[in-house]
Amino acid sequence: MKILKQIAQCLESGDEAGVPPLVRQALTEGIVPKTILDDGLIAGMNTVGEKFRVHDIFLPDVLLAAKAMYAGMDVLKPLLLSAGVSSRGRVVIGSVQGDLHDIGKNLVAIMLKGAGFEVIDLGNDVSAEKFVTAAKNNDARVIGMSALLTTTMPVMKEVVDLLKKESLSGKIKTIIGGAPVSQNYAGEIGADAYGYDCAQAVAGVKKLAAAVQ
Amino acid sequence: MEAITSRIGHGQVLLADGAIGSLLMTRGLPRGAPPEGVNLEHPEILEEIARLYLEAGAEIIQTNTFGASPLKLANYGLAGQAVAINENAVRAVRRAVGEQAYLSASCGPSGRILQPYGDTDAETILASFITQMRALIGAGADIICVETMSDINEAQLAIQAARSVSTSIPVMATMTFEATARGFFTIMGVTIEKACRELEKAGADLLGSNCGNGSLQMVAIAKEFRKFTSLPLLIQANAGVPELRSGQVYYPETPEYMAEMVRELIGAGVAVIGGCCGTTPDHIRAMRKVVDEEMQHRQGIPEN
Repeated sequence: MKILKQIAQCLESGDEAGVPPLVRQALTEGIVPKTILDDGLIAGMNTVGEKFRVHDIFLPDVLLAAKAMYAGMDVLKPLLLSAGVSSRGRVVIGSVQGDLHDIGKNLVAIMLKGAGFEVIDLGNDVSAEKFVTAAKNNDARVIGMSALLTTTMPVMKEVVDLLKKESLSGKIKTIIGGAPVSQNYAGEIGADAYGYDCAQAVAGVKKLAAAVQ
Repeated sequence: MEAITSRIGHGQVLLADGAIGSLLMTRGLPRGAPPEGVNLEHPEILEEIARLYLEAGAEIIQTNTFGASPLKLANYGLAGQAVAINENAVRAVRRAVGEQAYLSASCGPSGRILQPYGDTDAETILASFITQMRALIGAGADIICVETMSDINEAQLAIQAARSVSTSIPVMATMTFEATARGFFTIMGVTIEKACRELEKAGADLLGSNCGNGSLQMVAIAKEFRKFTSLPLLIQANAGVPELRSGQVYYPETPEYMAEMVRELIGAGVAVIGGCCGTTPDHIRAMRKVVDEEMQHRQGIPEN
């Protein structure tokens, strides 16, 4: 499936205009939308995430790749819906502080959408109350939180505590990520999972969402 | 007061102040609230903090205006009050320090990402910075400090904004770097070489780095800067990389350690040294001693 590799590479190079025609070409070749999504777009985005993590590429490349990913998904979305690929459920996601360091969170949001979740992105500077309220109002299964600064990490614990207080632990699961966060910290505050990188975060959300069902 | 650039030109090393945010939090600023809100409600707290750093021996005192560009304030619904927020901050520091220290007006990133990577155009960001610079310079700032930048284009826009308001005010510009296997880069991929070239081109008078790193990395960063620019350097390190100890944020570098690292920074050719996240008046006090010792030592050596 040469075309899938081409899609992935085109996405990695951040070619927003180049991806949609390739996706359409793959469709005419008879490849099913779900495969184009998984082995073309998401595969490319995974590579981008990994290269970003090891400083091979920087934020501008990631942002352009994300635009290319969305352009490809716009072509596939109606087909996925009519093919009856159902939603895996809703995820509330947000960064506990605000600046362009929320890229990690944005990447995870893109990948989750690609993986079939409905993502409610609360943006930056999200308070514990806002996380929990949004999760309740949207009937979300998982709350994903990102922090880049140690100073803002305690918000994650507040979310876990608030869910406990409202007897929502288990009904709404939590996953955390970001540079200063670790598996240890997740354990310490009682979060349900930790995502070291994008791929791990998405895998973690899948597992948690399935556990809630 | 002698212009800061001329003092540096005479070989003096100047000490700047340390962090403001943590001091605001211990004075009741709730987490998640914009630190600049204090400028409207409790400017007397800013005065108190400025005085603490002045007494600790800082000669450059920074305003609490890091996030006070209208674009950034818009996140909190405060864009309409940008002018008052910036003016109040300058006036509070001036009341505290008078002419005993240089008043440096801080200007941080807009929080927006420039096109084509993000959704904001250069004109919008420039206009936002100009509003902030007009207020800061109009209220009497001695220096502009464009800081913690990641995007070289945004840093240039901020410098351009300052220059459009005043051609004579000294402008310092710092970016935040990460150590990678291939050297130092900002998160936007800017190298120190590029930062030197582009910040200088935009009209900065001092260049350097702040935040993101502890003292040791900052010495390496300073040496790298020295390779690519002859402009005076400015370095403000964090008090190490923060750790979380039983729920409390803890910065590992002590005042004594950071003070010793000041010798290294001076040795690397840094002209303005201050502190970023996690530094306190105690850090600045300890650094003061070392700067004084080093300056005395320098005076003892005859010029050739």
